[in-house]
Amino acid sequence: MRPSVGFAAVKLLEDAGCIVEAPVQTCCGQPAYNSGDRGTSKDLAMRMIETFKDFDYVVAPSGSCAGTIRKHYPELFEDDPNWRTKADALASKTYELTSFLVDVLGVTQVDAAFDGTVTYHDSCSSLRELHVKKQPRKLLASVKGLTLVEMTDSDVCCGFGGTFAVKYSDISGAIVDAKARNVDATHAPTLLAGDLGCLMNMAGKLSRDGKPIAVRHVAEVLAGMTDEPAIGLAKDVGRK
Amino acid sequence: MSARDEIFANIRRSLGVKGNETIRKQIVQDRLERAPRGVIPTRGQVSGEERIALFKTMAEASLATVTEVSSAADVPQSIALFLRDHNLPATLRMGDDLRLKAMPWGETTLEISHGPSEGGDLNAVSHAFGGVAETGTLAMISGPENPSTLNFLPDNHIIVVSAKDIASDYESVWNRVRFAFGKGSMPRTVNWITGPSRSGDIEQTLLLGAHGPRRLHVVVVREQ
Amino acid sequence: MNVHSTSPQFKQNAARALHDAQLQKALNNVKQGFIDKRKAAADKLPEFEALRDSARDIKNHTLEHLDLYLEAYESKVKASGGHVHFARNAEEAREIILEICREADAKTVTKGKSMISEEIGINHYLEANGIRPIETDLGEYIIQLRNELPSHIIAPAVHLNATQVEQDFRRVHTHLDAKRDLSEPVQLLTEARAVLRERFLAADVGITGANFLVAETGTSIIVTNEGNGDLTQILPKTHIVLASLEKLVPTLEDASQLLRVLARSATGQEMSVYTTFSTGPRRSGDADGPENYHVVLIDNGRSSMLGTSFEEMLRCIRCGACMNHCPVYHAVGGHAYGWVYPGPMGAVLTPSLIGVDQAGHLPNASTFCGRCESVCPVRIPLPKLMRHWREREFERHLTPASVRSGLSFWGFFAKRPALYRLATRAAMAGLAFAGRQRGRFTWLPFSKGWTKYRDFPAPQGETFQARWQRERKGKTA
Repeated sequence: MRPSVGFAAVKLLEDAGCIVEAPVQTCCGQPAYNSGDRGTSKDLAMRMIETFKDFDYVVAPSGSCAGTIRKHYPELFEDDPNWRTKADALASKTYELTSFLVDVLGVTQVDAAFDGTVTYHDSCSSLRELHVKKQPRKLLASVKGLTLVEMTDSDVCCGFGGTFAVKYSDISGAIVDAKARNVDATHAPTLLAGDLGCLMNMAGKLSRDGKPIAVRHVAEVLAGMTDEPAIGLAKDVGRK
Repeated sequence: MSARDEIFANIRRSLGVKGNETIRKQIVQDRLERAPRGVIPTRGQVSGEERIALFKTMAEASLATVTEVSSAADVPQSIALFLRDHNLPATLRMGDDLRLKAMPWGETTLEISHGPSEGGDLNAVSHAFGGVAETGTLAMISGPENPSTLNFLPDNHIIVVSAKDIASDYESVWNRVRFAFGKGSMPRTVNWITGPSRSGDIEQTLLLGAHGPRRLHVVVVREQ
Repeated sequence: MNVHSTSPQFKQNAARALHDAQLQKALNNVKQGFIDKRKAAADKLPEFEALRDSARDIKNHTLEHLDLYLEAYESKVKASGGHVHFARNAEEAREIILEICREADAKTVTKGKSMISEEIGINHYLEANGIRPIETDLGEYIIQLRNELPSHIIAPAVHLNATQVEQDFRRVHTHLDAKRDLSEPVQLLTEARAVLRERFLAADVGITGANFLVAETGTSIIVTNEGNGDLTQILPKTHIVLASLEKLVPTLEDASQLLRVLARSATGQEMSVYTTFSTGPRRSGDADGPENYHVVLIDNGRSSMLGTSFEEMLRCIRCGACMNHCPVYHAVGGHAYGWVYPGPMGAVLTPSLIGVDQAGHLPNASTFCGRCESVCPVRIPLPKLMRHWREREFERHLTPASVRSGLSFWGFFAKRPALYRLATRAAMAGLAFAGRQRGRFTWLPFSKGWTKYRDFPAPQGETFQARWQRERKGKTA
């Protein structure tokens, strides 16, 4: 969808002294897992476990992917001690990007500038599965020129929920409507979050409502890589 | 098979219980005997004046009013004053509690009646078994001394509690109940009361005096 | 037969709820009040998290020894002069209750708030048998006048506004002056108090639920703020306690641990106003209290949940925190769930009690945002248990065909990295090309649900893997 997020993550990790590799991979399996398809989920989890077994750390610019690996892979192999050990090993070295930078690498500031006010949405997976709340805010505070204004209920779900957004579109629509109002009420021209699913949902709603708010992954701002148009925009026409 | 037997059989089957249950029975027996206390908040773990002060703060936070008197002999005057200050009639209903009966009600103009409430009483006084400082809660025990109806039917409920009976935590009250009634036995009713009756059922707006008393007034008796 | 369910029509129920202006206005009362109050209460007690662990452990321990604690409880109730009845299901429970009411020659029955009584549909049954049940909790009284189910487990009338309550009172309390002022909530409360006071005093039987049952002493515990539960049980000659099996705890100490998390999680109070411990009928010399004390222990599906992954649901103490914090509940309210228990706890419990074929929507209608689990006082992993239901549905082929085929289509590629790479590259390139003008789509095939409410942002065009191969691997290879 948005390779610039991955490249922003790579830049942040390399700036912090990491050697980054991106082995060929598909998906962590969360869509299947949350739809009740345990078989496919296990299949995909095993692939992931094998793919990443020789790395020191696995970092995802996504709370929901990292959360799936950290919290749910061990649950998937509850009855399989052999794979459970492997799943635990992967889980314990997998991190969401900002939490890896702050909690593991001890990064306190990033070398980036962003001229403007932003507001930040806490994705549910990051916040409640991985306890990511202070880390992105700490890093954003070090971006030159950036001001963070908190929205009301930044910790409340945006209504995405994977297939929920399509299966229960009426309810999802109502939830994202409330989120969009809270975003808009901050008057911040830019909305940031750490999960592409939430970002797509909120960006799609804001553009549908005609709100000229630029929506970006937090990594893009932290890496100073905001040349690409914001999510859902042909070119950057965000509120200034 | 009776409903009872089938339910027990189903529980045991679901739990995978078969055959020898000596260990399970021992575990259960042990827990019932020992009654471990669990996590007790440090908030209430204070004594003396500090504990009384905490009780008062917490009771007031629950929207009760609290007054202190230095001896049981001062209770009637204090209650008479409370009723007058709130423009309430000088009537008072109470049970047969000996501590209450021994108080000099004759020194006031209060019209005293005795026995359980039948619904028409505006004011009642009860004597608490104890209090709990942790949350400003009063522990009431049913019986001829303090009928349960007095806790709920009158508009204004006054509870007298001895300072020495105010405990740090609920568990200390349970210890006293066990001492008074025997381990494993209880009076018909124990009421923990924390503030006056209220409801938030209409638009989540807090309103006092739903079905029980609109006012809860606590008189703490300081003498030992 | 349990109470009738409209859970299969969840989507229609939800759509109706979203367009119900009165409901949406009332739901605003849930969104902040409960959440802020709970947080303040939790923050004020440094031991709150440790108490949640303690509460969870007590419930787990009890469930693992449920048969033995039930036996202990039963013998203590009998020793205190009470009667214990066991009911396998709703029908048996209703028959037992009716029989006790008939023995008491009951004409009217007052009722304290009890979710299990909603589950077994006791009110309609009593009415059909000539006995008048009167709900006495203010919220329950209001919804009884409207012939509705509660929309929330601790705030049954939370879906209503004061003006609606006023209309109901005017419709039903016809003996009162038609010109009376009922514009303030306190006037509604005062009127209900007066009407119900007479009912309390006249009732022949009082039925309450139980928040907890104590094995050590044979005690049943109810928690209320209004005092209605107490007037229900101390005034009539007969007190009937209805409780499902999992309400048991070992000791008074254990009950005290759970009480420390219950009110704080529910309403943010340090302790509810009235916590009442009842043991048997009135004692000799007692000036008041019921002469007969009956406990009806109801299974209705619980014993079969033990030993399964849904056993954890039996820890639930019915505080309502999960629904208070649920974005889906906030959006559609409780009635949309279509049965007795709404919100996240209902989404897990309802399929256990009425079948996942009936209630299959409920565990699916969640974003898995996890806020419910984060506030549950007994740490029930609600999203995990909803996911377990989704797995059961998938195994039993109850998952909608469109979802199944979409998943297997996607799964086919996800299991084949080379194909996945090609497919995602093609899809991203295609979508980016098609969306290059506006950067978004207002319509896409197979995405009606998404594009009904929001645009679909166009991708950048390349996949991460493709660009990575091009920029990095190209350099090193």
